Amino acid sequence: MTPSMMLFYVLGGLLVIASLMVVFLSSVVHSAMALVAALFLIAILFLTLHAPMVGVLQVLVYAGAIMVLFLFVIMLLNPAAVEPRRRFGWGFGIVASLLLAGALVAVMTNGEAPLDPVASTELFGSPETLAKSLFTDFVLPFEIASVLLLVTIIGAVVLAKRES
Amino acid sequence: MVPLNYYLILGAVVFAIGVLGVIVRRDLIVVLMSIELMLNAVNLTFIAFARFLGSMAGQVAVFFVMAVAAAEAVIGLAIIISVFRHRQTLDPQEMQLLKW
Amino acid sequence: MVAPTQSIAPELLRWIPLIPLLACLLNTFFGARLGKRGAGLLASFAVGASFAIALYIFWLLPASGVIRDTVYTWIESGSFQVKVSFQVDALTAVMLLVVTGVGFLIHIYSLGYMGHDEGMVRFFIYLNLFIFFMLLLVMGDNVLLLFVGWEGVGLCSYLLIGFWYHDHTNAIAGNKAFIVNRIGDFGFVLGILLLVTELGRQGIWTLDLAELQKHVQLLNPNMITLITLLLFVGATGKSAQIPLFVWLPDAMAGPTPVSALIHAATMVTAGVYMTARLHFLFSLAPATLSLIATIGAATAFFAATVALTQTDIKRVLAYSTVSQLGYMFLAVGVGAFSAAIFHLFTHAFFKACLFLGAGSVIHALEGEQDMRKMGGLRSYLPTTYCTYLIATLAIAGAPFTAGFFSKDLILWQAYSSPLGSHELWLIAWVTAGMTALYMFRQFFMVFHGSCRADEHVKAHIHESPALMTVPLVILAMGSIFAGWLGTPEYLWGSRWDEWLKPIFGAAAETHAGSAGDEILLMQLTLAIVALAILLAYFSYGREGKLPRHLSSFAWGGPYRLFFNKYYVDELYDFVIVRPFTSCSRWLALVFDPGVIDGLVNGVAKGTRGFSLIWREIQTGNIQHYLIGFLIGILGILAYYLGQL
Repeated sequence: MTPSMMLFYVLGGLLVIASLMVVFLSSVVHSAMALVAALFLIAILFLTLHAPMVGVLQVLVYAGAIMVLFLFVIMLLNPAAVEPRRRFGWGFGIVASLLLAGALVAVMTNGEAPLDPVASTELFGSPETLAKSLFTDFVLPFEIASVLLLVTIIGAVVLAKRES
Repeated sequence: MVPLNYYLILGAVVFAIGVLGVIVRRDLIVVLMSIELMLNAVNLTFIAFARFLGSMAGQVAVFFVMAVAAAEAVIGLAIIISVFRHRQTLDPQEMQLLKW
Repeated sequence: MVAPTQSIAPELLRWIPLIPLLACLLNTFFGARLGKRGAGLLASFAVGASFAIALYIFWLLPASGVIRDTVYTWIESGSFQVKVSFQVDALTAVMLLVVTGVGFLIHIYSLGYMGHDEGMVRFFIYLNLFIFFMLLLVMGDNVLLLFVGWEGVGLCSYLLIGFWYHDHTNAIAGNKAFIVNRIGDFGFVLGILLLVTELGRQGIWTLDLAELQKHVQLLNPNMITLITLLLFVGATGKSAQIPLFVWLPDAMAGPTPVSALIHAATMVTAGVYMTARLHFLFSLAPATLSLIATIGAATAFFAATVALTQTDIKRVLAYSTVSQLGYMFLAVGVGAFSAAIFHLFTHAFFKACLFLGAGSVIHALEGEQDMRKMGGLRSYLPTTYCTYLIATLAIAGAPFTAGFFSKDLILWQAYSSPLGSHELWLIAWVTAGMTALYMFRQFFMVFHGSCRADEHVKAHIHESPALMTVPLVILAMGSIFAGWLGTPEYLWGSRWDEWLKPIFGAAAETHAGSAGDEILLMQLTLAIVALAILLAYFSYGREGKLPRHLSSFAWGGPYRLFFNKYYVDELYDFVIVRPFTSCSRWLALVFDPGVIDGLVNGVAKGTRGFSLIWREIQTGNIQHYLIGFLIGILGILAYYLGQL
């Protein structure tokens, strides 16, 4: 059991627990906190996978911005009094997602992906290489993503405005 | 080194858990959060493949997924706020106007 | 008198049917503007023109000549071709003269008879249309065109029988005629189809009469028998033989000129013409021929018995027509086609004369048709009386009248032809006697004795105008002299046979008897006719008590049978019409709404029910939709896994 394997098991186990907490906890705020924890754990996993830039972005954007937004809305809407007690179809849902997990695993592990990572340089996953890829091969999607964000801002403002 | 399949299995499990949350929970915000969970599972898979195939394309993909996920979360929450203002509820079961 | 064949332009032929058709169309569209007189004159002129052309062609046509005028190709399907094409040979020329000649006279007559009728223009339209179709029938050079004419005259017959349609019974009579005709036509069509397909099996696809005649040997004899039987079914419908004669007496509901033209001289003879035209087919089917002869003789006999008892002046003549048509078919059945056509020819003259004379009587008595209310009209209607007498003598077969020669020829053929028999002759001979009896019974009841009409009617009796009497006279002349064309060898020989021998060549009559036998038979016939006339005279000519005696006892049963036409109509009604209409009613009220509508509606209801179930999927709940999504994905994954 190498250290990296050990690390993986710990991170993976915690991640699964965190996800289950997101889904199963009855309080919204608790679910949100669990999600933040899951995001952090995923960021750490990114780091172990030689993707430091993306990992940091994960923390900054996802855990930092998006989850904060979520918490703002939760506080705004004060849903603690809103969630209904009864939940339906848990049995069906669990069965279905188990099936899904099983099928996905079966499909994805059937491939011929290399079991050992390709030898890589120091720069793999660094901001420089990411930026180089982003601004040369993927510049068009980059621009489109910018426009998307612009539209999103406008849309969000319009949607959330109070009727006057 | 951890074999690729382990990462893939992990990603699949987290994804399935996210699906469970989307289908079963009766609070729209939690549903949205479960969707984020699903997206993250996919991101994990992308990064794992990027590492094992030695291609930056996977990480660029994650970059874009994050951008879009942010946009989608914003809009989704804006809609939730709108709906809450009208219906005073966040239960998807209450929103069945498009029933036959 | 033989003119070169080239001198007749074939294109002339198409004008014979076209001119009446054009007149019919002109009257249809401009008849109101032309007025009654104008329309009638136009119609009569058209038929007169056709008659002139027919006469011209007849004069110049050599004995074995055939003129053909092809107008255009109607059907072209692979190697099967049907052209609208007219032909005139000796047989057609004779028919043309009858149709246009007698037709022309009847048009003139109608100018007078229908002069006060509101629908006179419509009458002449229908009459011209009829002439057109009848000409198509006799001039068509293929079986299909003949059939078009066949159907067309049936249509015109319906239109004209129900001419005074405001009276419901007239419309019903028209219906009856058309429907019964249709039954016959069904057999006819089957016959044509069978003919075409059987020949087609041999590789020959044609309905041309000339082609058929060439290739008829290729057919299987049983097939020929079947085909001719089916064609004869059509003939029994059109020519009112047993079992499809029931429409003809009812057809007397139409105006009298219609009865004269259609139901005496021309349409009803179409069946005889058809068998003569297709003689090459019928000659190869002895079984059918013997059936035809039997039916012809039986019809002649039965119709004559019914005619003995009828009291309506036109009904007597109607049954007489059925009876005389029976004679014609008897001649066909014993292979004497030429004799059949001869009788057709002479019959046209005296029957038309009789009907027109009856029309004159009815006209004089302001619509009275019951003979018991007539009598003594001899002094009031002299011209009608004379012409009627001549025609009656002709139909009875008095010496040297037309009927004498033609009927005697048939009787002789029935006796002596290889297909004939003594029994057939006997039936025909007795019928000849009955013919004389019922005709003279009618004659004496109408014209002799004292007038039994109502007083106010008696005051107005007047002879008919010239428009009506002139045709009568011409037809009466024809009743005498038309027969002189076909006298037996012991007199001055037959012009008739000369003309028609090239047509019926192979089927020309062979005589198994001698001239002596022929004279003997002629004398026997004369004897029974004379006996019948005397019997009629003593019974009806002198207000004798005999009729009342006869009808009271011994005759009683048979009399009622004859008077009620052997209850044939009642039988048909019970056996055929009633089951048919109740079946139709059941279909209309039960089957159609229940089963058919039910089936169609059931499909709709089923679809609706099905969709009522399926729409439950659309719950409006997005989580349910997402579940659907998930199931789809699972399905795809399962498929993908299965592929691995």
